[in-house]
Amino acid sequence: MLEPVPSLHPRSGAADEPVIKLAVLAVGGQGGGVLADWITDVAERNGYVAQSTSVAGVAQRTGATIYYIEMARDTGRLPVFALSPSQGDVDILIAAELMEAGRAIIRGFVTPNRTTLIASSHRIAAVSEKIEPGDGRASSSKVHATAEAASKRFIAFDMEKIAADNGSMISASLLGALAGSDALPFTRESYEQAIGAGGRGVKASLAAFGAAFDRARGTAAAPSSKPAEPAIVESALGAGRVSGPQNLLRGWHAQAARIDLMPVAVRDMALRGLRKVVDYQDIAYGRDYLDRLDNAVALDSAGHAYALSIAAAKHLANAMCYDDMIRVADLKTRSTRDRRVRKEVGVKDGSVLQVTEYFHPRIEEFCGTLPAGLGSYIESRPKLAAFLDRRINHGRRIRTDSFAGFAALWFIGGLRRWRRSLLRHKVEAAHLERWYALALGYVPADYALAVEILNCRRLIKGYSDTHVRAQSKFDRVLSALDLLKGRDDAADWIRRLREAALKDEKGDMLDGALKTVATLNEGAPR
Amino acid sequence: MAERSFAKEVEKLRLGAGEEFAGEGILAITKALLQCGVGYVGGYQGAPISHLMDVLADAQDILGELGVHFEASASEATATAMLAASVHYPIRGAATFKSTVGTNVASDALANLASGGVTGGALIIVGEDYGEGSSIMQERSHAFAMKSQVWLLDPRPNLPSIVKAVEDGFELSEVSNTPVMLQVRIRCCHVHGHFIAKDNKRPPMTVADALDAPRRDTGRIVLPPASFLHEKEKVAKRWPAAVDFITKNRINEFFGSDHGSVGIVMQGGMYNSVIRALQRLGLADTYGDTDVPLYVLNAVYPLIDDEFLAFCEGKQAVLMVEEGQPNYIEQAFAAMLHKAGRGTRLVGKEHLPMAGEYTGQVMLDGIGAFLRAEAPHLLPGEVRAPNKVGDGVDTADLINVVPGRPPGFCIGCPERPIFAATKLVEQELGKHHIASDIGCHLFSIMPPFELGATTMGYGLGPASASAFNSPDAKRRSISFVGDGGFWHNGLTSSIGNAVFNKNDGVIVIVDNFYSAATGGQDILSSRAGNKTKSTKHPITEAVKGMGVKWLRHVDRTYDVGKMQNTLREALTTDEKGPKVIVASSECMLNRQRREKPLVDKAIKGGERVVKPKFGVDEDICTGDHACMRLSGCPSLSVKSLDDPLRDDPVASIDQNCVGCGNCGEVADAAVLCPSFYRADVVHNPSRWDRFLEAARRTTIGFLQRHRENRRLIFADA
Repeated sequence: MLEPVPSLHPRSGAADEPVIKLAVLAVGGQGGGVLADWITDVAERNGYVAQSTSVAGVAQRTGATIYYIEMARDTGRLPVFALSPSQGDVDILIAAELMEAGRAIIRGFVTPNRTTLIASSHRIAAVSEKIEPGDGRASSSKVHATAEAASKRFIAFDMEKIAADNGSMISASLLGALAGSDALPFTRESYEQAIGAGGRGVKASLAAFGAAFDRARGTAAAPSSKPAEPAIVESALGAGRVSGPQNLLRGWHAQAARIDLMPVAVRDMALRGLRKVVDYQDIAYGRDYLDRLDNAVALDSAGHAYALSIAAAKHLANAMCYDDMIRVADLKTRSTRDRRVRKEVGVKDGSVLQVTEYFHPRIEEFCGTLPAGLGSYIESRPKLAAFLDRRINHGRRIRTDSFAGFAALWFIGGLRRWRRSLLRHKVEAAHLERWYALALGYVPADYALAVEILNCRRLIKGYSDTHVRAQSKFDRVLSALDLLKGRDDAADWIRRLREAALKDEKGDMLDGALKTVATLNEGAPR
Repeated sequence: MAERSFAKEVEKLRLGAGEEFAGEGILAITKALLQCGVGYVGGYQGAPISHLMDVLADAQDILGELGVHFEASASEATATAMLAASVHYPIRGAATFKSTVGTNVASDALANLASGGVTGGALIIVGEDYGEGSSIMQERSHAFAMKSQVWLLDPRPNLPSIVKAVEDGFELSEVSNTPVMLQVRIRCCHVHGHFIAKDNKRPPMTVADALDAPRRDTGRIVLPPASFLHEKEKVAKRWPAAVDFITKNRINEFFGSDHGSVGIVMQGGMYNSVIRALQRLGLADTYGDTDVPLYVLNAVYPLIDDEFLAFCEGKQAVLMVEEGQPNYIEQAFAAMLHKAGRGTRLVGKEHLPMAGEYTGQVMLDGIGAFLRAEAPHLLPGEVRAPNKVGDGVDTADLINVVPGRPPGFCIGCPERPIFAATKLVEQELGKHHIASDIGCHLFSIMPPFELGATTMGYGLGPASASAFNSPDAKRRSISFVGDGGFWHNGLTSSIGNAVFNKNDGVIVIVDNFYSAATGGQDILSSRAGNKTKSTKHPITEAVKGMGVKWLRHVDRTYDVGKMQNTLREALTTDEKGPKVIVASSECMLNRQRREKPLVDKAIKGGERVVKPKFGVDEDICTGDHACMRLSGCPSLSVKSLDDPLRDDPVASIDQNCVGCGNCGEVADAAVLCPSFYRADVVHNPSRWDRFLEAARRTTIGFLQRHRENRRLIFADA
């Protein structure tokens, strides 16, 4: 690749007007065109000739898109401007989303010692990041680190939030950050005039502009981020606010006190787990939880930093709080839920909120909510089950703002007190016991493997078919235990298999990884 | 109504002589047409010239005042055929479309037009959609100019040059009796700049005048023996006239020094990039002043032998900068040098890539390599022998981090549920051969849907599945076509063909009330009223008229269950012949543009308005993201919970949600999970609403308190 000489213009010498080159990388729909128009306007207001270009059309529909502006002081002669940015030849790069900053660096539009990189640090997940069954999101820290090294100046903060907080669009806060960066030789007033000339939503735009300007200037402090986790829980008794009838509170304290006897490292997770299971069922359920957890703690040691107990505290709670109809109905009928929806939707005084829930129960969910005997009776008779399924298996839209709809769910939520006798509970409890015993059984021989088996609980999630698929992935991962018997890297393999299982819907990656595991012992004996 | 309104901008079209015009390239071209006394304009939308059609549509008052006829043509073929008005009458006409896709469609009419030739200036403005951001196959319009022998202008990409090219184009067309193509590249269409305006001119003869005094000339009609004479006329009369005009009027430009051992020849559209490379090499200043001899072809067809050979005089080597392939110009110049017995070396694709856009870096590398090889003395020392390699920042890792972000369906798009339903049907019945078409619905080929195997052209989706019609097959093919494609060409090429050939496949017509991918222009089946065009012609009627017997209309695509059932029925019914499903719901982008101001106004005005939005109960969502594998909506995303018990991010719906309903419908149809809820906010509720609300909140509150007073409440649970 040929190296350009940016400062060398033998034809023109010092008299030549420098061209300022500015590119905006955005996601289609973010209003990059408005920003480009504003910047062009600001330049012209300051006695510059400016040229902006973009690629419109289908390319903009939610995809990555570029706006490009060049400007030079107006001397009466028209400069020859380029119509698209060149690698290594951009003075200011504005990225309206963090990964777009990353894309700008990859494309060579950010040059050390030259480019001022202004990026909003918020994320808009790409489709590929969203469709993974696990966490498919790209690493923001990697982009941050590279951006620092790749640019002359890197100005990054959440400009989307500043815009939203001020009731405006991100184009306004991006312009504010550009103005605040002083990367262009223009006054704040000229930017504000350009916004004012736009004529629409001027007040909100100016507010977002101003807030971002101050942040970029460093005159406004970054909003304080939350203190770093993990919290050290000295005493479970004092932690968190709990209220309720006296008798229940006494029962709660009795169980919470047991956590204080556990190693400090385990307490935070154990307390969270206990709260979750008690909230899910009752105090006796919490007692069961701690009884199970005690088994892990008893096998654990400080030498392993109590990894086993922490994993057990986390995944036992999740396993015990399986997602059944009762839990869904209970959560959807709480007053806290009503308040949360009102806040999220932004219901103002004087407006009325109507909430529709989407349910699609199948015979499996129906049987699961029946007493164990009756439920398995039906399930063991396919014709009967199919007959009932035809009546049950269709979508139901339930209005939880209406009394009838609410009361129906409230009633199902009330089945909680009989939950232990229902079919689903029997199935879940048996599954839990098998898994937990399997994991703890490995502790003496392979501590790390035991922890990884506990962590595999992460695979089980979802409802109906999704849940069935999740179970199958869980079983497939653990099926490798036989193949891995006696290997000292067994824990590592189980972790890899679990991560593969979270990559796609059907578990194709997992199957591939399992094939690799199957060939492990074919080679020379280790 | 188009996605973008130019109602304000079109006022610039009224500027008079001496006034400065400031605005987009597209608008400048429109202004230039009016300054040239154009009598009629037509075209078909498509980036990058969609805005040209939108500007014209919004400028109909101004066009009317000048007696200019505007036509939103049914296709590019229609637009080009319209130029027949300039065959016998001295009326200037212009047609515009996206190229090369539009030129492909237009080429039948173009060939006939070119054969007989024109009396009035006929200008075809093609938006060359090549390089970054392009949505079509990568080809050159140049080939069309050559094969039909119409002239091709490729002006330098700045407003004064484009405006001049429009003026030159009409004159060139008239003096040589040949249609002229004016090629503008994608960024040039959207470039913001200035030029000094002239007065608009009324056409000396309007189409109305022509209708009142009809003319004909058998010699201009394409039928033997006239057609044989036309071919001879092209080379004997029209070509020399064009060469003469281009030479005399100095359409092509020379810059830089008169002498020098090397020179650069370029298409006009490449000029700015060439100058930028020279600037970066230290050989040109901000204004493009340079010592390197430059020959800029604002007319790339025909080429002017004398000009080129004169430019090569005394030069050891000349670089041809010609974007795309094949390198027709380079080949033609090489032949000229060879036949003239010249020693000048012509190089081009040796230093510049054969295929692909000539980006800044490509140009810098190519011109740098040429100069280092042929004239190293021109280059500053640092360029000749660079001692710095790379900038030390390793981006290799970043490539694996940054996710691709291809374009996709918009928030609330009505086409999303169609493909969600298709994906669900395929889960039941297995994979099918799916043929796609041109339009927003082509995004189905991308994740999360990954549906569709081919795309063969606008309106040709079902046609491209026509071979898959076998009595032995156990599965039917599915093909998609949009409403835009349907009216453009699909009605005959796809539906008519399927009926005639007794095709047994399933055809889904995606009807979103607009030509949506090109910017939301109205078409025959648009449901909105249009002052100057006739709309509201149902697709179902046209399909029936074509002879389709099995026809279903899903009038709300968001009903995923119904869509799924209809598709299943179409794929499994015993009925023979094409199974056509018309799936209709308004393009959400256009619907929001239309409705949002009305809704805001109604709320402000105290009217009862129900506004829907979707949400996710984050404690019910388990973070499997099955919903997103059936959606891909920008508004439905993932978020981390502040809870160490949970590993995976849960679904979350942001404030941009328009409440289309896809999330709830998909959760129901695919039996996903009960996390989604729809929240309807009733603004300015009626007294009955408020009474009901109060009664409900009292009773519901009672039940809630009853339970919550008997359980432990965790503050943050």
